[in-house]
Amino acid sequence: MAADSKLTKLQRPQAKLQKSSLFRQSLRKLMHNKLAVSGFGVVVFMFVLCFIGPFFSPYTDNKINMAMMNKAPNLTHWLGTDALGRDILTRVMQAGRISLTVGLASMVLSVLLGALLGAIAGYYRGLADQIIMRVADLLMTIPGLPLLFIFGALLSEWKIPTDYRMYIVMLMLSIVNWPGLARMVRGQMLSLREREFMQAAVVLGLRDRRKLFGHLLPNIVPLLIVMATLNIGGAILSESVLSFFGLGVMPPTPTWGNMIDAANNMIDFQDHPWLWIPPGLSIFATVIAINIFGDGLRDVLDPKQKR
Amino acid sequence: MKEIMKIDGLSTVFFTDEGKVRAVDDISFRVREGETVCIVGESGCGKSVTAMSIMGLVEEPGGKVSGGSIDFLGEDLLRLDKNSLRAIRGHEIAMIFQEPMSSLNPVIKIGEQIMEPLIVHQKMKKKAARQRAVELISQVGISRAEQIADSYPHELSGGMLQRIMIAIAISCSPKLLIADEPTTALDVTIQAQILDMLREFKESSGMSMMLITHDLGVVAEMADYVIVMYSGKIVEEGEVVQLFQNPKHPYTRGLLKSKPVMGQRQDELYSIPGQVPNPLELASSCYFHDRCEHCMPVCRTRHPGLKEVGGGQKAACWLYEEAEVHV
Repeated sequence: MAADSKLTKLQRPQAKLQKSSLFRQSLRKLMHNKLAVSGFGVVVFMFVLCFIGPFFSPYTDNKINMAMMNKAPNLTHWLGTDALGRDILTRVMQAGRISLTVGLASMVLSVLLGALLGAIAGYYRGLADQIIMRVADLLMTIPGLPLLFIFGALLSEWKIPTDYRMYIVMLMLSIVNWPGLARMVRGQMLSLREREFMQAAVVLGLRDRRKLFGHLLPNIVPLLIVMATLNIGGAILSESVLSFFGLGVMPPTPTWGNMIDAANNMIDFQDHPWLWIPPGLSIFATVIAINIFGDGLRDVLDPKQKR
Repeated sequence: MKEIMKIDGLSTVFFTDEGKVRAVDDISFRVREGETVCIVGESGCGKSVTAMSIMGLVEEPGGKVSGGSIDFLGEDLLRLDKNSLRAIRGHEIAMIFQEPMSSLNPVIKIGEQIMEPLIVHQKMKKKAARQRAVELISQVGISRAEQIADSYPHELSGGMLQRIMIAIAISCSPKLLIADEPTTALDVTIQAQILDMLREFKESSGMSMMLITHDLGVVAEMADYVIVMYSGKIVEEGEVVQLFQNPKHPYTRGLLKSKPVMGQRQDELYSIPGQVPNPLELASSCYFHDRCEHCMPVCRTRHPGLKEVGGGQKAACWLYEEAEVHV
């Protein structure tokens, strides 16, 4: 026994060296893709800026200061102030919190919904498939933006408290986004369920739940990661669009979208560009960075899907 | 000896665009305790479909088991509900597939795949199951078991994966092991090792085995009882020694003749002329008649039944039913 344990100890470092999981391989490949890494860098920077930045700002209370209305960028207000004398930089950071959270949360929700419903449809086929996919088709036939507008208008009509609107916007975005994901997952399931290892799983006497979540879903995790990443960018954009039109998250809660609303009138657009350029750039940089990163991820995780 | 499984009049059909295909047509046989039954036949004769029917892998709407019964320890597998069937699969009947490379889930670690039936059927805790899995891996002759348990299927060779499949199959000590061409995808040296291992487990645990193969060498090495299938029907069956020494059915004779004999040089190996009939166009004749050397008028018109031909052997051939031939 003693000799045995010694042997395994000797083998251990070697074993560590040989270890090459899919995760590590993919990580290594991803690291070689400079563009994707820089995209990821920008995303991380935006997150750090938005979630930690406000702690270093003296203007987080957002006090209305009539003496400081529409001031151009200067040393005390690095990105200037808005029509109510609030610091733009602080508001961009606080808005980022909301926008990024909405983007992330609605992505998580739509991936969960899409993966679950798609998996059930693809695995059980038959009636469950028909019902789920027809609902998905129905949602997909209506263009996303008008649908969101209708939802948004309804929310305003029902006088939903502004505090809750953020959560409802997340929900709305995931309702619009899950059908595409579900289709993708269902397609994969249809092909995976016929594979020989699934027959082997049947023969082992496993429960449906185990087969579905233990055997089938792990096979599409790479696809889900890619889709999820690309989805965040889209969700941030949609949220911004909604908020820009005043149908998403309402002021005074800042989001990048409702800050750009300042560009809505000619005077601000021309004379106070510091009002709308910072949030606009934030959206632009974040979404582009997420998409570049997602593309890099896809090249690594899902080589078959290359465009 | 006690009967483990008794199949009676099993028929399986598949629905194709051109019509109904009888892949397995009214076959009956039994597997006794501790016995190895080999099913031999060429491609498309219904060997694998028989195994799939037993395991309930023939799924509608593609096809279905259209008749008969599969009596496993007093329970008819075809009439069991989903839950009882699940408790039998993997626990009391296990199956090994032909392609080890594609029979394991590519994204789950080997160890976890072995643990699964242990957790599901033996209600083991994760830790105990893991320990048992490592034991099983070394039991099927793989060294560095701990390390192998943590690797993924693509990191192992075909022979190792088939060993893993065996480890999974025997993990719950099944009463019956169905092996569907377990060595076809492997090279010859590994084949012998895998067969040895299967026999060893069979002998030490007393389980029965149903071995499906087209390799007569494997049959000679493993079988106690042989069933020869042709076009979805059993054409001959008998004890292995009997059948090899004294084959009755012209098809069995052809099969045995087309095997190379060691130390004997032949210009050309014997082959049975013609091809397996299209299962869609089976008439009421003997399915083998147009390839048979002894074809008689009656062979073209009626299908022979499986009859006792002496020595515990059964054959389905008009040659042995003289009385009727002259009618």
